[in-house]
Amino acid sequence: MREIIEISVNDVKPDRDDVLKMQGIPPGNSLSEKVETLLKRAMDLFLEFAQPVAIVSDISIPEFAEVYSGEGLNEKKTPLDEIFKKADSLALFALTIGEKVSQKIDELFAANEFALGSMLDSVASAGTDKTADSVDEYFLNQLSEKGRITPFTGMLRYSPGYCGWHTSGQKKLFGFLHPEDIGITLLDSFLMKPLKSISGVMVVGKKEIHIFDDSYPFCSECRSHSCRDRIRALFGESRTNNKKGVM
Amino acid sequence: MDRLKEISEHLQQGEDEKVSALTKRAIEEKIPPKDILNRGLIGGMNIIGEKYKAHEIFLPQVLLAAKAMYVGMDLLKPLFIKDGMPTMGKVVIGSVQGDLHDIGKNLVGIMLKGAGFEVVDLGNNVPPEKFVETARKEDAAVIGMSALLTTTMLVMQRTVDLLKEEGLGGKTKIIIGGAPVSEEFAQRIGADAYGYDSTNAVECVKRLVKKT
Repeated sequence: MREIIEISVNDVKPDRDDVLKMQGIPPGNSLSEKVETLLKRAMDLFLEFAQPVAIVSDISIPEFAEVYSGEGLNEKKTPLDEIFKKADSLALFALTIGEKVSQKIDELFAANEFALGSMLDSVASAGTDKTADSVDEYFLNQLSEKGRITPFTGMLRYSPGYCGWHTSGQKKLFGFLHPEDIGITLLDSFLMKPLKSISGVMVVGKKEIHIFDDSYPFCSECRSHSCRDRIRALFGESRTNNKKGVM
Repeated sequence: MDRLKEISEHLQQGEDEKVSALTKRAIEEKIPPKDILNRGLIGGMNIIGEKYKAHEIFLPQVLLAAKAMYVGMDLLKPLFIKDGMPTMGKVVIGSVQGDLHDIGKNLVGIMLKGAGFEVVDLGNNVPPEKFVETARKEDAAVIGMSALLTTTMLVMQRTVDLLKEEGLGGKTKIIIGGAPVSEEFAQRIGADAYGYDSTNAVECVKRLVKKT
């Protein structure tokens, strides 16, 4: 299966707290009227300009092993290297909210509307994360319809650039998935354009396969350690700080 | 209330229209433009910077104040035609080659201008040669480089090396920043400073300028 998924922008409107967190504002903090207005305007601009779309493709374990080998630049030992071999299902994905939001952010900064530009950037980032959550849900629903989900099944997504998977891994991922079909291109630096895009692999299997210690050498350079929250969430425990995950 | 204090306080509230009206009035009242700039506008931004550092306010308030500052500065610019705007020094900034992320770099530029620096913003995807060539042409005190990718942060090393090869190493200082960058990385590549956020970057640049 290789599928392009059109997503309604209304379904990926980000949560207020997620946006404010990106602005460095702790949850529960009362906002001035001006900041409330900025947030509302940024949300409205997101709904006007974002065009969320995703592409998903099943991939077998041997095929993914080849994609994951990338350009030979991954860390020697990575969690994903152990995890994907135990998966029941794997799917490559790429998603974006499009170029128009980024263009609007640039326009706002050029017009000295810094606060609104920065707020829209945070809304767009949170909206991109929410688009990824919506793709997760779509994929799981599909597996569920095929009877491939049990109460013990868990899914997490992993992306090049995180957890020892080198960003140059994007090259083979793009070679397999062709996200160009939804308007995402890869630059020489392995950066995706539009900027507000996410790519990676969705790994579905027994929840236990996703458990790992964040004690790999590269974990010391990671600022979020958000893998902890993602793994905890798989087992129904509350996420403590970061909704973003192993990507 | 003292006119300059009034400007500073409305700037801190992010009231750009009031700052505009008060700056115009201060000009009419023949208050020296340098005082309007330093005690009114920059004075207000300095307080904003302190409040942000102390977590009393957050990024949106800082950026609303910055807009008010820009409005006031635009009114003052024509009055400095002869000698140019007084400046703390010139800083060339950009996101490094291969990197299109520029929100962080933009915030640093805004804060630097708010602190009284002249900023030459080269945008994103800037090759080392462009940084060095511009620093020479503009006689810049500092180059500020931003990167958000582990792949593009390597360009920072090439820029530091090129600056030294071109004989500008002692004259023009380098500050770096961005998500994958660290103090340790800055030291390893021979950069002069690492800014962990926009306000810290401004403090670092102030220190670097004092050293030159």
